[in-house]
Formats: sequence, structure tokens, C-alpha cells
Amino acid sequence: MINTEQILAKDNDGKPVWKFLVSELKPRGKYFTPFNIISVPIILIGLVLIVIRFIYGIGSVTNLTQEVPWGLWIGFDVVTGVAFAGGAYVITFMVYILNIKKYHSIVRVTVLNGFLAYVFYAGALLLDLGKPWNVINPIIGNNFGVSSVLFLVAWHFMLYMIAQLIEFSPAIAEWIGAKRARKILSSMTIAAVIFGITLSTLHQSGLGALYLMAKEKIHPLWYSEFIPILFFVSSIFAGLSMVIFEGSISQKVFSDQISEKNHKAHNGILHGLSKICAVTMFVYFFMQILTFIHGKRWNFIDTPMGYWYLTEMIGFVLLPMMLYYFSFRANNLFLIKLASIITMIGIIINRLNVTIIGFRWDAANPYYPSWMEIVVTLTVLFIEIWIFRWIVRRLPVLSESPSWVEEND
Amino acid sequence: MGINRLDFFKVLGLTGVSLAFGGKLNARQTKADQPELENEDQTEFVGILYDSTRCVGCQECEIVCAKTHGLPEPVDEPNPDIVRKTNETRRTVVNLYETTKDAMLVKTQCMHCNEPACASACLTQAMFKTKEGPVIWREDKCMGCRYCMVSCPYDVPKFEYHSSNPKIIKCDMCFDRVNEGSVPACVENCPAEALTFGTRRELIAEARRRINNDPDLYYDGIYGEHEAGGTGVLYISAVPFEELGLNTSLQKKSYPELTKGFLYSVPSIFILWPAVLLGMFKATKNNQNQEEND
Repeated sequence: MINTEQILAKDNDGKPVWKFLVSELKPRGKYFTPFNIISVPIILIGLVLIVIRFIYGIGSVTNLTQEVPWGLWIGFDVVTGVAFAGGAYVITFMVYILNIKKYHSIVRVTVLNGFLAYVFYAGALLLDLGKPWNVINPIIGNNFGVSSVLFLVAWHFMLYMIAQLIEFSPAIAEWIGAKRARKILSSMTIAAVIFGITLSTLHQSGLGALYLMAKEKIHPLWYSEFIPILFFVSSIFAGLSMVIFEGSISQKVFSDQISEKNHKAHNGILHGLSKICAVTMFVYFFMQILTFIHGKRWNFIDTPMGYWYLTEMIGFVLLPMMLYYFSFRANNLFLIKLASIITMIGIIINRLNVTIIGFRWDAANPYYPSWMEIVVTLTVLFIEIWIFRWIVRRLPVLSESPSWVEEND
Repeated sequence: MGINRLDFFKVLGLTGVSLAFGGKLNARQTKADQPELENEDQTEFVGILYDSTRCVGCQECEIVCAKTHGLPEPVDEPNPDIVRKTNETRRTVVNLYETTKDAMLVKTQCMHCNEPACASACLTQAMFKTKEGPVIWREDKCMGCRYCMVSCPYDVPKFEYHSSNPKIIKCDMCFDRVNEGSVPACVENCPAEALTFGTRRELIAEARRRINNDPDLYYDGIYGEHEAGGTGVLYISAVPFEELGLNTSLQKKSYPELTKGFLYSVPSIFILWPAVLLGMFKATKNNQNQEEND
């Protein structure tokens, strides 16, 4: 009982929940941080662009063409963003299914990150839809296009968001002090985890399967029938690299939230994750080599696209893989963080190669994203970080649960 | 072993859902394999045969198409230096190509595939293969995701990028007219009889007849007979089709075939994964309990 007053407020003793929620809405922390100074103007411009987009159409803001109908908002926001959100299903798998307690302290923050990523990237998807008000059609059955990969992906996005919300909901219950609700919600965790991992397996690969029908449109170095498997395997280390990267920042920025014990344990977590990354990246690299040989891709190597392919494979898969391995052996935290950054750049390059750079690489007028598309993308990203920061400062995400929560669950 | 009744029912429920869903999926896919058998009333797909040797490049098809569908009339003409493309203001265009045998004309529009990639890509069935054959677009279902455009090997669907309530624009083989027993506007108004409307079977027979009767004039082949699994619009011409800007490198299998393997694996993963995960969860949980008891 360090701070009785705070615990009483959170216990919701006689205080109406809405009053508590209103008091929580107030901003905390400094107003003029470097992040705020950069993000606020960009968000304001982005919001204006979004209004323009809805009045004058998608073409008024984007550079999309009739040949390249999916650009940055799909290729980066959705396809790349969801790969980075893969950390949530990997970490919940290790903690809840394999019962590896070591990673327990990062479950909540990872699930929160994953949840927000899905909410915002699905939100970005709405910006890209020509008729966003019809987005409910595949859900209400007008009609069920079950032969569509996108139908699967759309349903999985929605169901997975619900699963992640259930996984995260005990933290919300602890925040508003709803003891009974917390008990019920945490009993649902394991079902949500199992369901969530199944959904993730299918839609991480499904995002790759979306591009299977674009057989002649994607450069042969990136198109193969194995795109779904490659997308799935790479989502494991993409997600974990994001966990390492985000965790390293959170340890500094939110150091006041993190207990001494968890702070110390974090290095051990990074160390363990670096090994998993190294192994999964090895599997991925091996699969890429198999795909390369199977697809008889030798002819394409001595071309500009071929060099770009080699850059991706050697510089952004093989190199960070070895970096992860050596930093694991030497237990070098700096190298682990460096490897995570290189891996993340590699994932961005890979997803963009499939969805944008390699898509219609031979088009007469190739697609380049407009500055407005980039600003809107940044807007989505910054608003997400704002919400993340708001939640982390208030809910027991990085900080310990209130004392009334029983141990051992 | 700790599988209690509740968990058993959870697994059972999940399995049941996946079986039901998977079964439905499989059923649909099998039907798509055999388009001829799809309709119990044995309706055959209709199509259009375009004979490039008869086309005179008068653009009458473009003009009546624009009139019929409320689009602006064409202002440019077929020109060997420019490849004119369909876009959100025109559903069909005629192009002129310098070929090994003189300058040749070719009309482009939606190919109305037997198994259209666009329709299988559409998550709301807004893009829809009718049982009569035309592939149509239904505005009230479309969410404007443009996945049809990504999937179409012919790049047919076009999108109104500068509209707040955009439509997908593409040839629908004048489905309304066909339904009333009439023929598509372009076919009806073609003064050179370069366009023929009929069932796909009749059109292939007619195309063969023309090629056989005049083998010196025609290139021996029907574009669309096998491309992308067969299309409703068929082409015959005097020169190999790649000289007319038609894509001859497309696969002979239908495009939805490419996602079939992935979609088939979905039900099995939905059955296997939860069961495996639940098993692992129980196994590691027991382990932990033992450790604690030791």
C-alpha cells in the first residue's frame, strides 16, 4: 500500500465510473516534447487531406492509377503494418500456450500494440475504400464472397480485433476497478489466445495470398505461389523485431511506469527474443532460397531489379539474421537493437517490393506515392502513438496491476 | 490428462464451425470448376466473337456504347502511334496496330471470363458472373476496395478516382439488353458485322468455320478459347494475337485457380490449429503443475 488514495480511486469506491473516466481524459505530461512538436502539425495537415479525400475522391490525394489500384495506404499501412503487429500472436503463444513465464511482463504492451495497429490499419483501409459505407456488406451478407481471399482477411481482421480486445480487457477492468468483470474477462483469455493465433496464422498468410492472382503483374523475383507461407514466417520475426524496438523505446520513455524487477528482466527478454528471431529468419532465408531455385529466377539476377532483390536478401535478411545470432551469443544488447531495426527496414522493403515496387514494375507510368499519401500515413501512425501513450500512462500496461489483483494469472 | 467437458465442447464447436464453413467453400469452388454444370437449367454462357479482319475502325461500337451507358462520346481515333485504353469514361476502345500484314484493328473491352478473377476476388460479390455469362458489377454491394482491379489479368475494371461516390466502370455485355432477349449495343450496331453475339459454343464453332473456310486470311487460333481458363469474348484475326496487343502469355488455367490451394487449407487450419494449441496449452500447464508440486 504505497499510495492508498490512488488505489481507492481505482477501486471505484463510491465514485461513479464516468467521473473517473472524465478525470482520466485530462492530458498528462509535458506539452512541448519533440514528438508533439513534430506530430501535431502533421496530424493537422493529414486531417485536412482526409477531408479533401472524402469530398473530391481518392484521386485528389493519391497518385493511384488504373493499373496500380493499391498504393502506399494498402502496401505500407495495411500489409506492412499487420506484419509488424504479428508480435502479439507470437508472444501470447509463448506465454499462454507454451507457458514461458519469462515473457509475461511484455504480454500486455504487445497485445495493446497489436490491437491498436489493427484498429488503425483497418482504419487506414477505410480511407482507401471508394465506398467505405458499404464496408459492412461482407459482414451482414450483402453478399458473402467466400471465394475471395479478401473476404477471409476482412473477417479475420475483425474477429482478431475482438480477440485482442478480450486479451487486453483485464487491464481495462483493473483500470476502472471492476473486480468481478476482471475475473470473468481474464477467464476468457486462453480461448481468445487460441482463437487469435489461429486467425493470425491465416490472415498473415492471407495478406500474401491476396496477391496470388496478380501473377503477371508482380516481378517474378517476388511473385511465387509461396507468398502466403513467406508472409507468415516473416511476420514472426517482423513482429518480434517490433517488440524489441518498441520495448527498447518504452523502457526509456515510460521508465516511471516500469517496476525495478521488470526493468531488469527486460534485457533477458531481448536476449531470448533475439534467438527466436535468428532461428525464424534462418527458416525464412532458407525458404527464399528454395523459392528462388524452384522459380528458376537466375535469369533475373543480372538486372536492376535483381540487384535490388539481392540487396533485400543479403543486406536485410541474411545480415540481420547473423547479427541476431552473434548478438545472442555475445549477449550484446546494442547489436540486438540494431538487428531489430535492420530487420524492420527489411520487412518494409519486402512488403513494398511485393505490393508497390515490384507491382507493375514495367508500367509505362509507374506509381510513386504522393506527399499527401505519405502525410496521411504518418497521421495514422502518429495518432496511434498518441493513443498508445495515453493508454500506457493510465492503464496497468507496463506498470504493475493494482494490489487487489490476485497473483499468478 | 486435463481436458474437461467445457474444453471438449469448445474444440467441438470450433471444429463444427470450420467444417460447416469449409464445406460451403469447397462446394462453391467445385461448382466453379465446371461452369457448364453450374446451372440446373443448362443455360449456356453467351459471348461475343470479334473478327478483326472484318473491322473497319468506324468506332460505331464506341459511340453506341457511350450512348447506351451515358458516357461521353469518343473524341480521338484509332492511331497506330498511340495505344488507346479503356478508362472510367469508356468501356470499349478500338485500336490500330501496324502488323506484319498491314495495319490491323482490334477492339478491347471486358473479356467476360468463364471463371473471372475479379468475381472470385470480390468479397461482396459485387463483381458477379451471371449464369447467362456476362460479368456484371453491382453498385449497392461494392465497397470500392479495387481488389478486382488488382486481380484482373486484363486490367479491365476501371475506378472513378475523382468521385466521392466512385463506381467501377467496365463492359457488362449490355446485361440489361441481353436479359430482354436483345443483343449488346455494339453487336447490334456494328455496320461491318465484325461482332457476333451467341452462345460461347456456337461462337467457337463459327470461328473455326471461318478459319477453315479461309486459312490464307486467318491466323489459326481463337484468342479467348483457353486464355485465363476461357473467356466469353473471342477473337479471330489475320495475324498472331500478340501483334494486336493481346496478352498471349496469360496462363491457360483460370485465375481463381491460383488462390484455391490457399483457400482449401483454411478449413483444415481452422480445425487443426485450435486443437493443437489447446493440447499444447494443457501439456505445458500440467508440466508446470507438476513442477510446482515437486
